[in-house]
Amino acid sequence: MATANQEEVRLLGKWASPFSNRIDLALKLKGVPYKYFEENLANKSDDLLKYNPVYKKVPILVHNGNPIAESLIILEYIDETWKNNPLLSEDPYERALARFWSKTLDDKILSAIWNACWSDEKGREKAVEEALEALKILEDEIKDKKFFGGETLGLVDIAANFIGYWVYILQEIAGLELLTLEKFPKVYKWSQEFINHPVIKEGLPPRDELFAFFKASASK
Amino acid sequence: MATNDLKLLGGWFSPFAVRAQIALSIKGLDYENIVENLNSKSDLFLQSNPVYKKIPVLIHGDKAICESAIIVEYIDEVWKNNGTPSILPSNAYDRASARFWGAYIDDKLYNSLRNGLFAQDIESKKKHFEELAEVLLKLEDVLNKSSGGKDFFGGEKIGFVDIAFGCYLSWLRVKEKFTGEKAFDEAKTPSLVKWAEAFATDPAVKGILPETDKLVEYALAMAAAIPK
Repeated sequence: MATANQEEVRLLGKWASPFSNRIDLALKLKGVPYKYFEENLANKSDDLLKYNPVYKKVPILVHNGNPIAESLIILEYIDETWKNNPLLSEDPYERALARFWSKTLDDKILSAIWNACWSDEKGREKAVEEALEALKILEDEIKDKKFFGGETLGLVDIAANFIGYWVYILQEIAGLELLTLEKFPKVYKWSQEFINHPVIKEGLPPRDELFAFFKASASK
Repeated sequence: MATNDLKLLGGWFSPFAVRAQIALSIKGLDYENIVENLNSKSDLFLQSNPVYKKIPVLIHGDKAICESAIIVEYIDEVWKNNGTPSILPSNAYDRASARFWGAYIDDKLYNSLRNGLFAQDIESKKKHFEELAEVLLKLEDVLNKSSGGKDFFGGEKIGFVDIAFGCYLSWLRVKEKFTGEKAFDEAKTPSLVKWAEAFATDPAVKGILPETDKLVEYALAMAAAIPK
C-alpha cells in the first residue's frame, strides 16, 4: 500500500521515440527513480487513454497519480519538481531563450530533418534543402558553446536528442549526408559532447536496435 | 521616472501581440508599442527575430524575446515581485496544466478558426468550424473544472489560459459576423459565454482587444489577397 509520502513516478513511453527518450534523460539526470511502461500505439493502454485523452500520445509522466503530457511541458515540470541538476537557468532571459530554442526544434527543425529522411524521390531535393537550412540555424546558434545551455547540459540539449543521436541513424538509412563534420562542424562537435555525457550515454536507446527498428519501417 | 525600457513589436490585428499586451497590462508595465508593417519589416524587427520573422517581439533593454507564450512567461518571471497578480499558477502541476491548455489552444483553436475563416470552399469551411465547435466544447469543460466556480480559467483573476484563449476573442467575433452564428453557443457553452464577457470587460484587457468591425475589414482584405 502506498504511504502518504511515497513518491510514485511512472513514464508511459516508446523506446524508439526521441520525445519519450527526453523524459528518460531528464529523470536520469536528476536521479529520480521511476517505473517505465512501454506503450503499444496500435493497442493503446487504458492508462494512456485515461491520462492523455486529448492527444492519445506518449510520453506521459504520471507523478503521484497526476498525468502530464507533451514532452517539453513534462521537462519543465520535472525541472520545477526536482531541483537538483537544473535544466533551466534561474535567469528569466536565459529561460526564455531555452524555451524558444526547444520550441524551434520541435516546430521547425526536427520535422525538416525527419521529412528529408523519409522523403520520396519527387520531394527529396526540396526536403533536403530545408533540412540543411534547419541545421544551419542550429549551427549559428550553438557557436562555440559546449552545450546549448553553456557549460552544462540543459533543456535545449535534451530537446535536441534527435539531432545528437537519431539523425545519424536516419540519414544513414536514407542514404543522405545531412549532419556531417564537414557541413556543420559545430553541431557535429556538440553531438559528440552530448552522446559522450555519462548520463546521456546510458540513457539513449541502443544504436543497433534503433537502426534495425527504423530500417524495418523504411522497408514497409 | 525610470522606464522599464520595454518595446513591443506587434500588430493590432494579431492575437499573439494582443496576448503580450494583456500580460504587460496585468503586470502594470509601461512600454512603447511599435506596430510593425509586415510588408516592409523594420531593421529592429529583422534583427530581433531572425528565425521566424514574426510578431510579436518583446524588446527589454538589449534583449529580444520571441513567441507570445514565451513572452508572457518572461514578463511573469521578471516582474514577479512588483505587487501585481501572477499570471501563471504557483504550483508545478497547475503550471504544466496551464501550459498544456495554452499549447492546445494555439494548435487546435488557432488552426480551426483561421482555416475556417479563410477556406475558399463551403465544405472545408464547415469542417473547420465543426472542429472549432469541438474545441470550444472541450474548453467549456476545462473552464468548469479549473475555475472553482469563479470567473476565469485562472480562478478569481485572469491567468495564463485566459490570456491564451482570450486573445482570440476578437477573431471569434469576426467569425460571428461572417457566419451569422454566435461565437459561443449559449446552450452548449454557457460558461464560455459568461467568461468572454468577464474577460473582455476586465480592466487589464480593456482597450487592447481590437474592435470587431475594424478586424472584419482587415479579415476581408486578407481574404481578398489570397491567390485563387
